Amino acid sequence: MSVTSLDKDFDNLTLTLIADFAAPAERVWQLWADPRQLERWWGPPTYPATVKEHDLTPGGDVTYYMTSPEGETHHGWWRITSANPPKSLEFSDGFADQDGNPLAEMPVNTMQLQLTEHDGGTRMELRSVYDSKEQMDQLLSMGMDEGLQLAVGQIDAILADDGL
Amino acid sequence: MVVDGVTDEAVDQLFHALADTTRRDIVRRCGRGEASVSRLAEAYPMSFAAVQKHVAVLERAGLITKERRGREQLVRTDPEAVERAHQALDQLATTWRGRVDRMSELLAQDQPSQDNVSTRRQDP
Repeated sequence: MSVTSLDKDFDNLTLTLIADFAAPAERVWQLWADPRQLERWWGPPTYPATVKEHDLTPGGDVTYYMTSPEGETHHGWWRITSANPPKSLEFSDGFADQDGNPLAEMPVNTMQLQLTEHDGGTRMELRSVYDSKEQMDQLLSMGMDEGLQLAVGQIDAILADDGL
Repeated sequence: MVVDGVTDEAVDQLFHALADTTRRDIVRRCGRGEASVSRLAEAYPMSFAAVQKHVAVLERAGLITKERRGREQLVRTDPEAVERAHQALDQLATTWRGRVDRMSELLAQDQPSQDNVSTRRQDP
């Protein structure tokens, strides 16, 4: 594990994660900037990601989909708001329909990435911010990836309790 | 979305329940205290029957509970469901832990002969 710290700010709906890697910033940046490498870590092995468009310049888009074990695809998009390789990246991250068109009603996450030299390696700081609690409520119904399996399991249990 | 061990139907039900603006609003309103179905019906430009239908969808999805008191039907948001909203950040954290692990593995593959992943800063 290379996660150094993880802070959850419930009032501001913000997750701040710090991870340290024993690799230069240019190398860590490649994990984001090379779509083939991004595919290898964005989705869990059970939900691998396939990146279609990939343009990490301001105003550029990244479009991708994740494939479920049953072969269903779930689409997502990034819209790059700022990029300063290999130091920082900021983008919005949202859901898309099966054709890859952004779904306006679905939650959008603002992501800020910073890479700094630290202890001979690279420190990655990532902030993920939701715009509203409603968005987070909505997210619960989505089961976007492995992180949400727990919630979906609990919802399932509640539904089962209701005798459905 | 299909997740291991969860039926399509259960997820569909929740997805469907939250996919409607009025229903999301009902969940919010009843999270601030219980409300009667007739009071809710006054708040929306739709018939009592239409609001009752929305309430039924939310009830089936486990997001609200309904209780009859006298002549009124009182609707309350399930506190557990609200608690789950807070858990969204926990789940996002889990997602990112997984991602960082996979990033570390990828970096480690660059130079298989040496440990490329920091071991000095292990997570407790």
